[in-house]
Amino acid sequence: MVFIADYGAGNLRSVKKAFDYLGIKASVSSNPADMAGCQKVVLPGVGAFGQAIDSLDASGFSDAIREHVDRGGHLLGICLGMQLMLTSSEEMGSHRGMDLVPGKVLRFRSETDKIPQIGWNSITMKKDSVLFRSLPDNSFFYFVHSYYCEPESTGDVAAETWFAGKNFCSAIEKNGIFAVQFHPEKSSDAGLQVLRNFAAC
Amino acid sequence: MLAKRIIPCLDVRDGRVVKGINFEGLRDAGSILEQARFYNNELADELVFLDISASLESRKTTLEEVLKVSGEVFIPLTVGGGINSVERAKEVFLHGADKVSVNTAAVNNPELISRIAEKYGSQAVVVAVDIKKIGDRYIVHTHSGKQPTEYEALEWALKVQELGAGEILLTSMDRDGTKEGYDNESLALISTSVHIPVIASGGAGSLEHLYDGFTKGRADAALAASIFHFRQHSIREAKQYLHDRGITVRL
Repeated sequence: MVFIADYGAGNLRSVKKAFDYLGIKASVSSNPADMAGCQKVVLPGVGAFGQAIDSLDASGFSDAIREHVDRGGHLLGICLGMQLMLTSSEEMGSHRGMDLVPGKVLRFRSETDKIPQIGWNSITMKKDSVLFRSLPDNSFFYFVHSYYCEPESTGDVAAETWFAGKNFCSAIEKNGIFAVQFHPEKSSDAGLQVLRNFAAC
Repeated sequence: MLAKRIIPCLDVRDGRVVKGINFEGLRDAGSILEQARFYNNELADELVFLDISASLESRKTTLEEVLKVSGEVFIPLTVGGGINSVERAKEVFLHGADKVSVNTAAVNNPELISRIAEKYGSQAVVVAVDIKKIGDRYIVHTHSGKQPTEYEALEWALKVQELGAGEILLTSMDRDGTKEGYDNESLALISTSVHIPVIASGGAGSLEHLYDGFTKGRADAALAASIFHFRQHSIREAKQYLHDRGITVRL
């Protein structure tokens, strides 16, 4: 069973629908206690970092997710859900994150590229990863974001993507902690494969 | 590298896909779900459903179809047509759409853009801007291009960006359905003046027109209907053509 954490940030239905379509059991809940017994937890999210971390803390999800990871459970952060896993973000001032992956969330700065990045971009795999099993390198995924993650350890980076004059970290894998900056639930067959890989690992 | 997007636009009514020439003379082009499946397999980057239904009831039929699409086609879905309130937008999102496209209602009530953006995020708000050249000025029109407004295209584009629009869908009413190519002059003007993506629309009749829209028109995405609906070209073929000419596309 895949548990999708509903902490009030954005549209979770499409993530649920993608698992349904794949025939993978998934439940959406706003109660962290329901996570008990689930080996797989998805942390989705669109919206603002500050608000999201506050509601994660207030709802008890921050603690529950930390415990889940400590127990050896698997976690998949999507988009803002990925950014929330880092140590801090510079979005609208400065916020601390869940600090599951040491690093910072920074804003894209570019004279040439339109920000936010909206659309399909390709990834370059940086290590032998679970999430991208049976997918070719340079596969395209759908992104919508103005901020990106910069993990301290390059060893945590599973994939990079070129945008705004730099290769930014578009996927993380670290001891059962997985995260993608793109939306797998909106990335057609490649995205569905990522969700399938997460559920199967 | 960020890819240029190819977006088929499905004008829909009563749950069926139709497409007109100059917004008149409708022709049937299949069911919504059938078309959505087809275009997803063809590597369409997103889908836009523009509901041209006159009645609430037939809009409902369309939304039920969109809900089915969202359960099996996993690419961004945009629904437009008749979205004149946050409540209407909410209904559309509840039926599985990722973005709404607002047009006439945004001109009448620009705050609607901000209100939807605050609640669902800017990424969920596409503002459709229909323009017609009058003299040497591009004037924004509403009501499917029938009614001129007081806004010039660039002025309105900058305003909707400030209000929180996530993307602009720019349609040249002069070119729509003509297959003479996008109006690359107005396209380049808008696209280089705003920092949000601009989707080219109206007039694509050949693969070269798509290429021109990205190069001369500086568009971030290209919307097309007739050249794909009647299988004149496949999307794969279009993308291969663009790829061969150095445009980054998802293949």
